[in-house]
Amino acid sequence: MKRFNGFVIKEFYHIFRDYRTLLILFGMPAVQMMLFGYVLTNEIKDAKIAIYDPSGDVVTRKISDKILSSGYFILERNLNSVDEIDPVFRQGNVKLAVIYEPGFAQKLEKRGKARIQLIGDASDPNTANMLVNYASGIISNYLISMNSEKVPIQIIPEVRMMYNGELKGVYMFVPGLMAMLLMLISALMTSLSITKEKELGTMELLLVSPMEPYQIIIGKVFPYVFLAFLDACIILLLGHLVFGMPIMGSIFLLLLESFLYICMALSLGILISNITNSQQVAMMISLVVLMLPTILLSGFIFPVENMPLIMQVLCHIMPPKYYITIIKSIMLQGNGIEYVWRETLILIGFTAVFLALSIKKFNVRLT
Amino acid sequence: MSLSNENIITVKNLVKKFGTFVANDHLTFEVKKGEIFGFLGANGAGKTTAIKILCGLSYPTSGELSVAGFDIYTQREKVKKNIGYMSQRFSLYDDLTVFENIRFYGGIYGLRKKEIDSRSHDLMQRLGFESARNKLIRDIPLGWKQKLAFSVAILHNPKIVFLDEPTGGVDPITRRQFWDMIFEAAHGGITVFVTTHYMDEAEYCDRVSIMVDGRIAALDTPDNLKRQFSAPSMNEVFIKLART
Repeated sequence: MKRFNGFVIKEFYHIFRDYRTLLILFGMPAVQMMLFGYVLTNEIKDAKIAIYDPSGDVVTRKISDKILSSGYFILERNLNSVDEIDPVFRQGNVKLAVIYEPGFAQKLEKRGKARIQLIGDASDPNTANMLVNYASGIISNYLISMNSEKVPIQIIPEVRMMYNGELKGVYMFVPGLMAMLLMLISALMTSLSITKEKELGTMELLLVSPMEPYQIIIGKVFPYVFLAFLDACIILLLGHLVFGMPIMGSIFLLLLESFLYICMALSLGILISNITNSQQVAMMISLVVLMLPTILLSGFIFPVENMPLIMQVLCHIMPPKYYITIIKSIMLQGNGIEYVWRETLILIGFTAVFLALSIKKFNVRLT
Repeated sequence: MSLSNENIITVKNLVKKFGTFVANDHLTFEVKKGEIFGFLGANGAGKTTAIKILCGLSYPTSGELSVAGFDIYTQREKVKKNIGYMSQRFSLYDDLTVFENIRFYGGIYGLRKKEIDSRSHDLMQRLGFESARNKLIRDIPLGWKQKLAFSVAILHNPKIVFLDEPTGGVDPITRRQFWDMIFEAAHGGITVFVTTHYMDEAEYCDRVSIMVDGRIAALDTPDNLKRQFSAPSMNEVFIKLART
């Protein structure tokens, strides 16, 4: 046990004397949180619009008011002619133009029909789509409220989004970010620290010593369990305090599942360090083989259900997917272990497989 | 120096194969307690493979081996406690200080804190390293690193120390000083098993074995070998052996 302590202390020296390691360990989670939180957002807030209202009557003003008071849009310019539409888009600020036809209220009164044109800047198709949807939603709401006395039958769909009523992006990226960062820190850092000893030749000295190989590996990995766990707490705290991510379920269960996920990622890191003897290769494997799939194939950014079948199959062998499912379920729906036991078992299974493979590999290397 | 007749390493028919390549082809030799045993050969002759097997870093394909009186198959742990090892890379941790390295290696051999403190104190006084106690390894010269690596390898008073090309890359004066340390350790009762390809160093050994293509081509004292091959130096002996 004393040997083990000495080993862990030495490992902490390595970590705290290398500012790059520290930067990855503690700088990256904070920076990523801020980046994803403030920049990579798919919510619409204060999108700039231009309005061309040649009619200028009560109805068009009311519609414009509704649009502008929704919180999604702010008025950039009132246009004076149709010719100004194109230049205003070209300047780049305006994302949506609302154009009423002349004599809007009159036509509505006489024929029961009037036209509004919504023009979106589709150089960013997703945003354009969303803006147009929001705007038409607001307009049709206004029409329904206006006509409610006249029309005999109506079907009014009342939409409610469960668990994330405001469709906040933060609810999606905090779990995804946790999955990605814990994977990166655990797998990348352990595989690097083990291959570093191989490169330096110090691994040989350790193996010659009375320390058992498993003691060496545990000694090397232990500090990262601790640090990765600390990171998980930092991300959760930032998500909760800065971005208002709720934690509906048990915090204890959440931390336990995170601990399990960290162990899974660490055993993957050990496996990587058994495959290669060089830090560079370990880094390449960690980044390319772990990072990209974690981002793309875990349901973090792109929904798994929309992928082609073969990609969906691939997604199911990605451990982060299960972790994201678990923590979303705990944080947003407040579910207990009875809802996530299947995913938990799968993570335990992954951990066992990676560890078994590592042990087998380690033995092969020693013959 | 009077050598006892007690064998501290016995190797019988050691074979190590990597696929079809035979790195060690039926090696048989003994190392006597307290001697400096030179293990010579060209690059790729199988020296490092053999030393790794003796240290327990690698398993032999077949053969009987006993190191420090223990069987390497069944008593690995006891073997490990009784040997020290220094590789050709003077492996120490660059980002730890001199003292931290000593403390770490003492620790993994299970030395107590007091022992570590007193031994590291002696060691630094002997080497004249007191000023460098708290310097990082990356900031001290290569020659110091080499001496420190050796001192760390014998910190736990092993019965045998294995040195794998311990003088690679250092200048002749430092090499000579290093051999003084080896003599001192041998004088203190530690058996030294050293591989090298500097033939002048072979002259310093009590006995040398010369490996050619995975086999032991010759094994005797340097004087006897020179007589046997009627050569003026070990260098000549080696060249004659390698040609045949």
